[in-house]
Amino acid sequence: MEATSTAGRAGAPPAAPPPRAFTTKKEFYAQFKKKSIAHELWLRFLKNRTAVAGLIIFSVIAIVAITAPWIADYDAVVTKIDIAARLQPPSASHWFGTDELGRDILARIVHGAQVSLLIGITAIFVSLAVGLVLGGAAGYYGGKTDSIIMRAMDVFLCLPDVLLALAIIAAFGNTKLNLIIAIGLSFSPKFSRVVRAAVMSVRDNEYVEAARSIGARDHRIIARHVLPNCIGPIIVQVTLYVANAILTIAALSFIGLGIQPPTPEWGNMLASGRTFMRDFPHIVVAPGLAIFFTILALNLLGDGLRDTLDPRLKH
Amino acid sequence: MVRYIIRRLLALIPVILVLTFIVFAILSMTPGDATTIILGSEYTEELGAKLRVQLGLDRPLVVQYFHYVTHLLQGDFGISYVTRAPVLDQLSVRLANTAWIVASAMLLCVSLGIPIGILSATKPNSFFSQGTMVFGLMGVSMPIFWLGLLLILLFSVNLGWLPSSGLDNGPKSLLLPAITLGFNYMANIMRTTRSSMMEAVRQDFIRTARAKGVSEFGVIYNHALGNALMPTITIIGLDVGTLLGGVVLTETVFSIPGTGRLLVEAINQRDTPCVLGCLVVMALCVAVSNLIVDLIYAYIDPRIRAQYGAKARSA
Repeated sequence: MEATSTAGRAGAPPAAPPPRAFTTKKEFYAQFKKKSIAHELWLRFLKNRTAVAGLIIFSVIAIVAITAPWIADYDAVVTKIDIAARLQPPSASHWFGTDELGRDILARIVHGAQVSLLIGITAIFVSLAVGLVLGGAAGYYGGKTDSIIMRAMDVFLCLPDVLLALAIIAAFGNTKLNLIIAIGLSFSPKFSRVVRAAVMSVRDNEYVEAARSIGARDHRIIARHVLPNCIGPIIVQVTLYVANAILTIAALSFIGLGIQPPTPEWGNMLASGRTFMRDFPHIVVAPGLAIFFTILALNLLGDGLRDTLDPRLKH
Repeated sequence: MVRYIIRRLLALIPVILVLTFIVFAILSMTPGDATTIILGSEYTEELGAKLRVQLGLDRPLVVQYFHYVTHLLQGDFGISYVTRAPVLDQLSVRLANTAWIVASAMLLCVSLGIPIGILSATKPNSFFSQGTMVFGLMGVSMPIFWLGLLLILLFSVNLGWLPSSGLDNGPKSLLLPAITLGFNYMANIMRTTRSSMMEAVRQDFIRTARAKGVSEFGVIYNHALGNALMPTITIIGLDVGTLLGGVVLTETVFSIPGTGRLLVEAINQRDTPCVLGCLVVMALCVAVSNLIVDLIYAYIDPRIRAQYGAKARSA
């Protein structure tokens, strides 16, 4: 596009910007001061309004999750059964109403955020670890290593991630640790692909060659030269997959194979509220909204990060 | 072309074998003894040991797997631990329901998602286009099990137009499950079609077509669409896996006796042969749908077709 628009003026040198008047010496030197890359990226990110909205929503949810024990006491509010107060519609004392056992829905959502974010984020770190090792090796070494690892990953990709997670849970049971492992492992084939593609795009650069020519070993080249340069696409995928992981936890809990009641989790709140929703629809509205906004925020943030870190991909 | 198809079909065999082995291995790690599940209250040491030999559970894993696969190739999925009936009988009944939901969801999504994506791309700054972007973003962030509950609340409970569960009322009862299952899928198809269409209309050959006076309709449908559809077809095929994962949730929400429900029931009852059967069938569906996508690729894209040269033309 640029080539065609400047073609008409080919030959003529680009007009120099008019000299600016500087009032102070400080201002004069400020224009030569180089901004750090991070600062520049941050400014570019701030221009993307939807991405900033995503960041704000997600930060609020994260802060709420971290401060959950101070917002509502776990034993006194979140899991305490009060039959007299059951199925109350939203009111001043219970903003989102109460559930079938008289527990405050808002308090349960707040504590549910903690469970979801904790498991979602740690699970993605598991898949990131697996993906960095397998995808990094496949992308860096190429050849046979690549085809063996990637063929194996292709096989895993035939099994939808929810089903792979279900198989692992079916075998080992549904403790929190198993959920983290199950979700982490089921997302790792996709991560391996992302890391592999990113590594392949930088492994032939001159600085990698330079590092190799002065005798750096493979592990050093991968850790110090290759991976830091493909961090962008990986961060984007981490954001988007945390959203997916949170959705998967909620889905597994909804079908009764994830977090078990009385521990509050958005998916199991929907599952137990389902029976009463015909007469008390408020019971399924709030937990669903919590899931929806968390996923939406992470998707906005992920898309925004992609536009910031890789402007070429922007449509 | 025929040779290509045969080669791809042959390549499917190792994938299926490895996949069944992985699922088989994961499920065989289930702690506890299958015989205690089968015998229930009748369990004694002696009976358990006898049954274990009878089922071949005392043999090494690889031998058990070999036994399973040789039977699988003859269409024998083993005997359910719980109902003591062949797994295949249960599966074939349930699979029909699942196929109905998946097929109607796909039909709905493809027939709506692609045209909306095209329209949205041809007028990128219109109100309609902005609306579809918002809808698309909501679509990929929507937890489908929550959407299902909301649809039931609106169309079954409040309006009373559509049944809330089961599949006994013909096409009417398929509508809500299909919308629920396909919601994310359609949003993805729409977003992909939109972005690849916007990419396609920027190409040089589109400018050439416009320059030689092709009508706008002709430009979009004869020149741009063929090129823009490739990523959409990839998404249609790749997301079949996600769709099958979603089947588990949709069937739970609408109480439909399908494969997804069967899988969850089997996991809860620790009925390993049944779990294995469900997972193998679903993985097979994903593998086959990936194959179909590749074949459609070869059919649509002359560059791929050309690799098979004269064979392609004679086929």
